[in-house]
This record gives sequence, structure tokens and C-alpha cells, in this order.
Amino acid sequence: MYKSILVPVDLEHADRLEKALATAADLSKHYRIPVCYVGVTASTPGRVAHTPQEYAGKLEAFGQAQADKHGIAATTKTCVSHDPAVDLDTTLMQAIEDVGADLVVMASHVPGLPEHIFATNAGYLANHASVSVFVIR
Amino acid sequence: MTDAANPMPEGPADLIETEYEIGQDNIQTRIGPFGVDIHNPVFMVSGLTIIAFVVFTLALQSEAEAIFGWLRPAITSTFDWFFLGAANLFVLLCLVLIVTPLGSVRLGGRDATPDYSYSGWFAMLFAAGMGIGLMFFGVSEPISHYSSSVAEGAGSPDSWAPLAGAPGDPAEARRLGMAATIFHWGLHPWAIYAVVALALALFSYNKGLPLSFRSIFYPVFGERVWGWTGHVIDVLAVFATLFGLATSLGFGAEQANAGLNHLFGLPVTDASKVLLITGITAIALISVVAGLDAGVKRLSEINMILAALLLLFIVAVGPTVAILTGFVNNLIAYAEYLPALSNPFGRDDANFSQGWTSFYWAWWISWSPFVGMFIARVSRGRTVREFMICVLLIPSIVSVFWMTAFGGTAISQIVNDGYQAVVDASLELKLFVMLEALPLAAITSFIGITLVIVFFVTSSDSGSLVIDTITAGGKVDAPVPQRVFWAVFEGLVAIALLLGGGLGALQAAAVSTGLPFTIVLLLGCYALIKGLRAEPR
Repeated sequence: MYKSILVPVDLEHADRLEKALATAADLSKHYRIPVCYVGVTASTPGRVAHTPQEYAGKLEAFGQAQADKHGIAATTKTCVSHDPAVDLDTTLMQAIEDVGADLVVMASHVPGLPEHIFATNAGYLANHASVSVFVIR
Repeated sequence: MTDAANPMPEGPADLIETEYEIGQDNIQTRIGPFGVDIHNPVFMVSGLTIIAFVVFTLALQSEAEAIFGWLRPAITSTFDWFFLGAANLFVLLCLVLIVTPLGSVRLGGRDATPDYSYSGWFAMLFAAGMGIGLMFFGVSEPISHYSSSVAEGAGSPDSWAPLAGAPGDPAEARRLGMAATIFHWGLHPWAIYAVVALALALFSYNKGLPLSFRSIFYPVFGERVWGWTGHVIDVLAVFATLFGLATSLGFGAEQANAGLNHLFGLPVTDASKVLLITGITAIALISVVAGLDAGVKRLSEINMILAALLLLFIVAVGPTVAILTGFVNNLIAYAEYLPALSNPFGRDDANFSQGWTSFYWAWWISWSPFVGMFIARVSRGRTVREFMICVLLIPSIVSVFWMTAFGGTAISQIVNDGYQAVVDASLELKLFVMLEALPLAAITSFIGITLVIVFFVTSSDSGSLVIDTITAGGKVDAPVPQRVFWAVFEGLVAIALLLGGGLGALQAAAVSTGLPFTIVLLLGCYALIKGLRAEPR
């Protein structure tokens, strides 16, 4: 039914992603399709890494750990954004196209008042992406 | 956190090993419905002080006016030698960096590639660096220097003329007036920006430290920059940015109000200025939410095109030959008068060197954290030499041309046509009075007002981006509502200053935050050289 799964990950808050990661792994095993973990970073030093290259290395290690833990085929993709706080949505849309994924599994939080002004990233993707989006709350 | 297994930035660079984790002092919480990610002491101290400042200035307007009225001349007359000497040092440092081997260091590692094209990069650094100022002072400053120089009493202690003036000699007064203006808008301001921007970019892209002011001082203070020493530096940077920005926003509001009055008869009152600042800040918020690429970059490019059109128009319909020959003559006059104008000691033109030059240097310095951080953020992948040429030399030349076209046209109007109105008009109105004597005045004045407003928007937007980054401990991906908070407060500080003392208060605010930051910057120069020398070349 699906060809590949894309999972946006926030390495700084990887602990909050457990449910989404488990769901993605289950779907991957069920359909026997690979998962691509996508991370977005700025070119300036951040909490996770000092450089985009270091970030890419950590994301690869993360992807490998997921593959080993769940026994699935996994790849990773690091996107560099000038302004990740704002451009995350469009960067992820581009990543979906680049990776050629047809299912997105991503974590979101329970919507509150601010979401009427600033859409959540998952909400944005569900609205605008042409592929299926599974939002995990 | 850095270990040997970590990949370098693109190509070899001198990463600094530190135990500090970016964002380790941050608090991530929710204030009301909004999530925030802020550096605890820096955000709290600067946020609360700014709120207290706005409340105090608005509640006690007459007391505030008295304080600001005293503060500005007190600082510029006592510390004029300090501002002038420091600015000269920054220019020298930049020129040295262009010609020495240190110029071949590349920001982001030896193999890094630039994120932005030259045109996009240039548009942003020009809009951030001068914008509103060029609109406000483009006509008014050359005219002011020209008329004070040619006046009878030029050279006396009461005169505002630069150096000894040129009483009764319009040709020399014109040269001196243009040289003095270019002095304030040429190498010195851009050197101040370039030093700050280069230091920030180097310590962030090549050394792997957070994009914040404290990082520059790592070679001086070591691990102590992550403690209160660093907090103080960052808080000073926030204040300088906020007040430097508010000064420009205040100038912009004054000029937009004067222009709208001139064109459409909008009354010049405090109420209309407050409405203008509120309205323009609201537009800025849209740009803030749209982010760096879709907001600031796009608006800067639009503004570059508009400004270029206005400039070409002035060159075409104004005294074309006088502007083109004037460009060369003014450069020569600038070179000729530069040593005397930049001399920090034993000046006989106190009104000029303290009232104009010291104020400008303090203003540029208080702007430098903002412009510097912004330029740093969009400069990855350039070499130090390329960076210096593009941030120091090219903008200086553009400024010279701009001043020659706008100021030169206005001086020609006085000298050749006896057009007195442009001398008599108030500072914020001079641009529009000059345009009135040229064809299509209604259209060009409208473009002028639009430029002021869009520069206002880009300044406010990039300013909130910068303050947010500093108060989030160098994180560039903090939640957007924080930027909205700062954009709103930039507008509020500008309103508070305009109501509590007008332009005098704006200038006092810029000058008093510029002073401590000059000391910080001098220390930063030392750290920059130390940092550059450690880079593999």
C-alpha cells in the first residue's frame, strides 16, 4: 500500500517522540517498507550539534539505533534551514518530495489557543502535503 | 561536548572545546498559551528592564525629558575623544584584515560555500545597516554642514560647522559639507559593523560557540563567559540593539509623519506618530512571522530596487553632470579632510565633533550588535577578505554616491537656483522639499515615504530576530512568539522615547547604550585577532 515512510525528528526532544517512532516502526514492519528519519538544523551551532555536519552524523547514529532496535531498514536526511523556527514546514514539504515518501508519521502536541495563530507543523503538513500524514498525539 | 570524533565545519577550522552546551541555561516552559525557550538571566533582566523603562518614561514624561536632555550632551562632550579614537581603531583593524594573510580565513571552514547570492546578501546588509538613516540624513545632513560652513560665523566656537568651516566660500563649503557627511556614512560606520559581524560569525561558524555576544569573549574570559560576565555582555548587547533600533524607528516615524503631512496633510502630532509606529509595527509582525527568507530578505530586495530607482531618478533629472563629477570630487574631498575630521584630540569645532560625530559613532556602535549579528547570520561561506571588501568598501562607496546624489542635488538647488526652502525646512522634511523642486514630486515623495516605511519594517523585523537570538542563548530556532514580543517592544520603546522628549530622547538613548558597548567592542577586537590567528589558513 505504501512505498516508504518519512519521520520528522527533533533530536533535541527525541524523548518526546517515542510513540511516533514506535508507530512508524510498526508500520514499517507491517508493510515491509523503509523509514527515512528527517532532521532540520540551522547552520549556526545549536544544542544538538556545532555544525550541520555534526548534526548529520548524530542523525545517522539515531537512524541506525532505530533500525537496530526495531529491525527495520532506515535511512536519514539532514536539511539545513536559514530560519528553522519559521521555515520548518516548507523544509519538510521539500524533504517529502526529495525522499519520495508516501506516508508521513509525525508527533504533535495537543492543540491549544496558539494553534489558531501559528499552525502546528503536523497540522500544516496534514493540510498541505499530497501524501498521507499520520499525526501522533 | 566537542570530541575528536566530531566532524569539522566544512573543511579545517579551529573548533573550541568547551563544556558548555548551547541552551543549557535556557528555560523551556509555557507562558499562558505560548511555548517559550529563553535564556533565563539574560531574557529576564533585559525584558523586565525594558518594561520598567517604557512604564517610567510614559508615566513621567516631563522628568524623562529633562534627564534625556541632559544625558546626551553630557556623554558626547565628555567622551568624544573616546568615541572618535575607538572608531578610528576599528577602521584600521578592517584595513589590516584585508591586506594581511588573516584575510584568507573562510567563515564556516575552508570548504564552506555561501548560503546567499551576492545580491540577496548585499540587499540585506544595506537595509539592515543604514536604511532609514540614509533617507533621513541623505538631504538634511549635507545641507546642514553646507549652510553652517558657508555662514559668516563659521569657525567660531558657536558655529556648528565642521573644522574651521569655509565662510563666504560656497565651493569650499560644499566640499567640506560633503566630506563631513561622507565621513559619518563611509568607512567608519561600516568598519564598526564589520568588526562586530566578523567576530560573531567567526566564533559561531568556525569555533562552534553559540551565536551570541558572549562567545566573542571566549579567548579573553574563557569558561567564565557562560556565567555572569557573559550575561552582562549579552544584556548590554540587547539594550544597545533595542535603543539603537528605537532611535532609528523614531527617526523613521518623524520622517514618515512629515512626508505624509507634506503630501496628504496628515497632522504632525504625537498621536499620528504613535499611530504610525503602531501601524508599521503591525506590518513588521507579519514579516516577523514570515521568517528570514520570506520576510526580511524579500522586503530588503524590494527596497533595494525602489531605492535604486529613486537614486537613478535623482541622477537623471537632477544636476546629472554635477552628481557624476561630484562623486569623484567628494571622494577626493573625503580623503583630504579625513585626517582632520577623525582627529580625536584638540578639536576647535566642539559643536560638530561632539554634536554630530560623537553622536553618530555612539549611534553606529549601539546599532552594531544588531547589524553585526544580522550580517553574521547571512555571511557564512565568505572569506574574511571578501567579507571586509563587501561589508566595508562597497557599502561605503554606495553611501558616498547616495549622499552625493541627494545632498549634492540639494546644495546645487541652493547655490544655482537660490532655493532657500530646503535650508529652512526642518530636518525630517528636507528630503521632500528637495524632491518638490524636481519633476514628478508627488510620485517620488510617495516612493520616499514607502522606502522609509519598508526600511522601518525590515529593521524592526531583523532587530527582533537578533534580540530573540541573544535572549535565547544563541538558539536560532526558538518559538516565533518570542520574536513577536521583541518586535512589539521595539515599537513601544520608540513610542516611549518620542513622547518622553522627542528626537533628543532618542539620541540620548542611543548614546548612553553606545558608551558601555564601545568598551566591550574594543575588547572584542583583541579577541577577534586572537581567534583569527588560531584558524588554519
